Amino acid sequence: MAVTSEMNSDNANYDIEPVLLNLGPQHPSTHGVFRIRALLDGEEVVDVEPVFGYLHRGSSKLAEERSYTQVITLTDRLDYLSGMTNNLAYVRAVEALAGVGVPERAQYLRVMTAELMRIASHLMALGFLINDLGAWVTPLMHMFREREKVLDLFEMICGARITFSYMRIGGVSHDLPPGFDVAVNGFLDDFEDRVAEYERLLLENEILVSRMKGIAPLTGERAIECSVTGPNLRASGVNFDLRKQAPYEVYDRMNFDVPVTQNGDNWDRMWVRLQEMKESAKMVRQCMAELPDGITRTEADFFIRPPVGEVYSGIEATKGELGFYLVSDGTIAPYRCGIRAPSFINLTVLRELCIGWKLADLIVNFGTLDINVGEVDR
Amino acid sequence: MALFGAGAIKGLMVTLGYIRRKPFTTQYPEDKLEQSPRFRGNTFVWYEERCTGCATCAKGCPLGIIRIVTHPEPHSQVGSDYHVDVFDIDTGRCMFCALCVEVCPYDALHMGGDFEQASYGREDMVISVEDLKAMPKKPRTQFRPQMEMIGHTGKDELEEHEAGRWSL
Repeated sequence: MAVTSEMNSDNANYDIEPVLLNLGPQHPSTHGVFRIRALLDGEEVVDVEPVFGYLHRGSSKLAEERSYTQVITLTDRLDYLSGMTNNLAYVRAVEALAGVGVPERAQYLRVMTAELMRIASHLMALGFLINDLGAWVTPLMHMFREREKVLDLFEMICGARITFSYMRIGGVSHDLPPGFDVAVNGFLDDFEDRVAEYERLLLENEILVSRMKGIAPLTGERAIECSVTGPNLRASGVNFDLRKQAPYEVYDRMNFDVPVTQNGDNWDRMWVRLQEMKESAKMVRQCMAELPDGITRTEADFFIRPPVGEVYSGIEATKGELGFYLVSDGTIAPYRCGIRAPSFINLTVLRELCIGWKLADLIVNFGTLDINVGEVDR
Repeated sequence: MALFGAGAIKGLMVTLGYIRRKPFTTQYPEDKLEQSPRFRGNTFVWYEERCTGCATCAKGCPLGIIRIVTHPEPHSQVGSDYHVDVFDIDTGRCMFCALCVEVCPYDALHMGGDFEQASYGREDMVISVEDLKAMPKKPRTQFRPQMEMIGHTGKDELEEHEAGRWSL
């Protein structure tokens, strides 16, 4: 798309030229190194072009010269706010390729950590969204505090706070440490109060309502056409969640609801995430209650050699459907590792969400789409 | 329609409620948070007597930043014992995934818990074999959950016969 001044020729009478504004790549509201070239007619957005690639690390190519287990460390860095779900998506693809089974206890641990990760990621999405809305860091710090507790739990399990590398081919790397059940139940008891507090803090705030309700609606049909997945799709009234539609691990045993709203505007996208955190907390509690005894890992070689073949496997990650496409040529390293990154594909609708709205809404639209630049560029 | 601004005032009451609570943050250089026993710090703990110089850690490293040079001990059986001359771990490139710790078949390499390892140059971040010998032997329980069963929390020094999985 070429951004030119001729695109808005109906303003020629007034002798006004559209202004091309660069937001980013170092703009604090762009969630990382991401650039938006916005063509403005006064306050109104005429055209938007997302420019990305500043954080490109070549994860797909790097994966081709590492063994299957070593690639797990690369997947932590795709969407650095939800490393657990990235790990899970990748190891599920390798397990499908190599035919490795997973013990039941490991499946429960995977679901539990993935749902804790969803809480942490949605907290960040909400916090930075409200940060972008002009409430400077105070609401963000509320979210950061809860996320910090989730990261403490992850540090107890796997020793790291962001780059977990927790999942392994055929299970998880560690069993739970002693004292974990007390810690996680303490967090969950506290978290319910905190979510109620967020709702008191946010949901009736007139500024938030007027800035977000009815702004930039996305219809369900258009969302499906653009392959939008995750909370953004469910906010548009499409009840599609891989955890329900194609249950993996032990999600078929979990009791949870999928929050769906009909309007698809900014408010709904925020509200869906807020509700999903509650459902995730429910699932974590259920996992801890039903956790069976047993081993947490089947013995798979560190340098595993899957048979020749190809596989695509996707899960419902925090931002949408995260899929890995792996091709094996029988050696210790994948021949091809393709990544379907939800953030990247959700970006498709950014342009049409922003056109016709104000510049201030552009930031909010971008915030509610919940883009993670590490995953867009990978 | 309620009074405009009532929702914002309701939100402010939440903020007001925080006056009575203790702060969640800590003043870092003075107060330090305690890490969990499995915490992966920026250092490594290496037990020389346990290490055979097999270089499995170097093979397992996703980045290839471990460099090992060995020579056979003169008076040992062939292939049974190697003296480690060079054991360079370039922590400037390390991502502390602990895969080297996971693959070590003799439990000779462990993660350490220190994280204040700032230096003025990249060359200072390479941990040499002398540094490894001199580092305090306070292994973290990352990939060594058997050490949690003897009550180790990563804060105490462990002898080399206690550190491995054979101590149980």
